[in-house]
Amino acid sequence: MDTTLLIAAAIKIAVFIGITMSFVSICVIFERRFSAIIQDRVGPNRTMLPLSILGFKKDLALPIGGLTQPIADGLKFILKEDFTPSYVRKFFFWLAPALVVVPALLTMAVIPFGSPMEIAGDIIPMAVADLNVGPLYIFAIASLSVYGITLAGWASNSKYPFFGGVRACAQMISYEIALGLSIVPVIMFFGGLNLGHIVEEQVNNGWLLLPLWGEGLSVERWLMLIPLGISFIIFTTSIFAETNRMPFDLPECETELVGGYHTEYSSMKFALFFMGEYAAMVVGSALIVTLFLGGWSIGFGVDNLLPAGAWWVSLLHIGVFLGKVTFFILFFILVRWTVPRFRYDQLMNLGWIVFFEAALINVFLAALVIAYPSIGIIGVTIGFALLITATILLIIIAKGATKKPSATAV
Amino acid sequence: METLAFYLFAFLAVAGGILLVAFRNPVSSALSMVLSFVGLAGLFIGLNAYFVGIVQILVYAGAIMVLFIFIIMLLDLNDEKSIKFRSSSVVAGIVIPLLLVAQVLGVIQTGSQGEQNDFQEITTESMKKSAEYFVQIDEDKEALPREEQSAIYKSLTHEKSPKLPDTNLIGHTIFKSYNYPLQVMGALLLVATIGVVILSKRSNKQAPADS
Repeated sequence: MDTTLLIAAAIKIAVFIGITMSFVSICVIFERRFSAIIQDRVGPNRTMLPLSILGFKKDLALPIGGLTQPIADGLKFILKEDFTPSYVRKFFFWLAPALVVVPALLTMAVIPFGSPMEIAGDIIPMAVADLNVGPLYIFAIASLSVYGITLAGWASNSKYPFFGGVRACAQMISYEIALGLSIVPVIMFFGGLNLGHIVEEQVNNGWLLLPLWGEGLSVERWLMLIPLGISFIIFTTSIFAETNRMPFDLPECETELVGGYHTEYSSMKFALFFMGEYAAMVVGSALIVTLFLGGWSIGFGVDNLLPAGAWWVSLLHIGVFLGKVTFFILFFILVRWTVPRFRYDQLMNLGWIVFFEAALINVFLAALVIAYPSIGIIGVTIGFALLITATILLIIIAKGATKKPSATAV
Repeated sequence: METLAFYLFAFLAVAGGILLVAFRNPVSSALSMVLSFVGLAGLFIGLNAYFVGIVQILVYAGAIMVLFIFIIMLLDLNDEKSIKFRSSSVVAGIVIPLLLVAQVLGVIQTGSQGEQNDFQEITTESMKKSAEYFVQIDEDKEALPREEQSAIYKSLTHEKSPKLPDTNLIGHTIFKSYNYPLQVMGALLLVATIGVVILSKRSNKQAPADS
């Protein structure tokens, strides 16, 4: 391997993990301030250096508002007593928090943060690993974080954490199916799984949900928005379920399960679960932005006017990408403080009966739109009639399945 | 570099397999199996088969083993007690693996007798060559502009970062060369799924009648 590429890879790993981790702490302050705005409170608007414990008269207020609140939170977690109950299964109890954080950080490796940069003749993609199986890699590694949560519940060796762990396990497996099926139309449209190529396609032909420039102005492309819009809704909702965020945070439901799977955890081990959740949220937002909203592209054909490969263009694109991700993080927080929590059977019905079927039908709908040029209007009509029949049948079957009171809640 | 990665992942796979048998706690055993799967996935990725490696993690480590652990936890299995084996099962346990080892050795022997396969590194030039091949087997596509070529061709001849589109190649092979066996397999799996649903429904109906 070329030395330049090797050094660049090392720098990229350090910088992108740094960006993710700092985004986690930004999420904390956003969560606190934004929820305060929603609930008409003030929120943490100042953080002071506690000089009074050193013998000074007054604490020192920093002139940057509440921005240092994450540091104070982190310090609190580190300095608290790390208590391990005597009845837990020690090895797994210690392993579980790491198993939550590590997959969430690993998934960041395939996200293209910016346009490729040209350094000393080498074109360096702004993703740590420019894999050809990008979204699949993210799903595969993210599915490993189920182990962390489940093991945390099981290793705690007490009742409520165990329920939380089992709930998380069932929930994440159920929504992984909807998650995987919902992006099949997107992948069919792009004809490849390389996230870098996907973003480049969107630079030239319009963002997936906003085909306003390039070749994106044909009738088929606008028709394609119907299946793509459905996939966007299913995908975003499933990301909420996968990250255990609010409408779907049954595994840590306070009213029923004390604290859920992390009831027995304290100090930094508890903080690691939080970091894992926020990191998963950041990666989820980054994936939504990359697949549906053009990734790092500025849009409207502006990107092709800029000199490709210049370092400042790459940095500009990274900034645009992070701005979009921030927007989605704010959306996640807004939903958390607006929508109340589901019941567990509602969650399972939504995953298995609504999303699974809708995603499956959506795949065929997208296939019909894509196949229109080769099978002609007659083929599309026949296919559409078959699809409508299948949909009506599925709805009838689903109605029958939901009638009985389901006792699947754990 | 590649050799080091190979030995690391091979060690992971073998160690996971050994620990799976050695542990008495069922959850520990299941987790060592996950370790073994991750090692195997690493070996696949080392062979440039990204899709197979990732699917190995996605399906086996991420879904099937999670279900195993789910069931182990729900059943609350305790540590296995060491049981006494019958002499016949011990003999069978030694002979069958030995036969397998003999077979593997035989394959390795015959493999090294023939002429050595030259595995070529995948470079931009070699990918361009195979892209031409893909244009040739789909008749008269050579004249088409780049935009209307297949996804495989586009990925192989991408001007900035050409990539071996292994996912597309697998799809191409399965759906073009082996389409009929695939349909048969799908029907078989559907029959198995329907069978499972019917069996579990029946036991559900009997349960309230008994009580």
